[in-house]
Amino acid sequence: MTHAVTEKAEGQHHPIKLYLIVWGWLFVLSTFSYLVDYFGVQGPMRYTLILTFMILKAGLIVAVFMHLAWERLALVYAMLVPVGAVLVFVWIMVEESGYTLFTRVLFLNGS
Amino acid sequence: MADIPLTHIQTETMPAGLKGIAADLSSDQQAFKNVSWGKAMIWIFLLSDTFVFSCFLIAYMTARMSTSVPWPNPSEVFALEIGGVTLPLLLIAIMTFVLISSSGTMAMAVNYAYRRDRRTTAILMLVTALLGAAFVGMQAFEWTKLIHEGVRPWENPWGAAQFGSAFFMITGFHGTHVTFGVIFLLIVARKVWRGDFDREAKGFFTSRKGRYEAVEIMGLYWHFVDLVWVFIFAFFYLW
Repeated sequence: MTHAVTEKAEGQHHPIKLYLIVWGWLFVLSTFSYLVDYFGVQGPMRYTLILTFMILKAGLIVAVFMHLAWERLALVYAMLVPVGAVLVFVWIMVEESGYTLFTRVLFLNGS
Repeated sequence: MADIPLTHIQTETMPAGLKGIAADLSSDQQAFKNVSWGKAMIWIFLLSDTFVFSCFLIAYMTARMSTSVPWPNPSEVFALEIGGVTLPLLLIAIMTFVLISSSGTMAMAVNYAYRRDRRTTAILMLVTALLGAAFVGMQAFEWTKLIHEGVRPWENPWGAAQFGSAFFMITGFHGTHVTFGVIFLLIVARKVWRGDFDREAKGFFTSRKGRYEAVEIMGLYWHFVDLVWVFIFAFFYLW
């Protein structure tokens, strides 16, 4: 946490330029993710690129636009740690999906 | 519950890092130090909304991973033909840019609100609302197009039946969020325009003093809607 930006009596105070730079980056990253589809990149490369651009965009929005980068760590952790539970849920459902697909192929002739 | 002024909290002298977390959470009265109750509450609401959208996306992932029928190719399904040239995902890309732009104008509105520049704040919020409405309009166009092509929650012409239900559920819920966002943007913009936050006029519902923080809280919701779209764009349209 930097203390370069000091909290005034009320609210967040940052130069407009910061928002314009982030806005620009969001445009660039969105264009990149669109180009992934436009050029038909396939396979592991496609998923890596999509996820990378997605995480970068989400990070910029949450950190700068939503000002989370300047909040106290207690709030940051209270918001970000529970998201870990979502990832656990994702893992559980990936396992479950694999099993469902297996039974469908085995007993329902793939229908 | 009184509105506790945050001016007396000196964050510079408070411990940072993990010690700061322990100190904040074990401290008296307030766990989240330099945020008001309103901001703490919108964050907690957004976290719960994160779980809602996560559940939708996980349900979609489960349906897509467990079906043995091929999933329709979103790149082709959402392609647009313009002047004989087929462009994949064109409308979705434009929608993405529109929503990101609305997030940009919203962030600037919050900034001007804290400078107490009423006019610029209200105009930027109206631009945000307009872009949001444009997004919903394009969403409606997309729905119409797909419904005409025979997409239903229980079937579609291209592959796995779950495609339709996942599409309508996820984009429908997101579109609803955008729609409500537009309505609240107009309400808050009107208050800014009238100078309610300069006069500290009491809200008709909460009867609390109006503060420019309302614009930032509105902004947090709006950015969240944009954030959800980032994930929908990646997982539903690009995957």
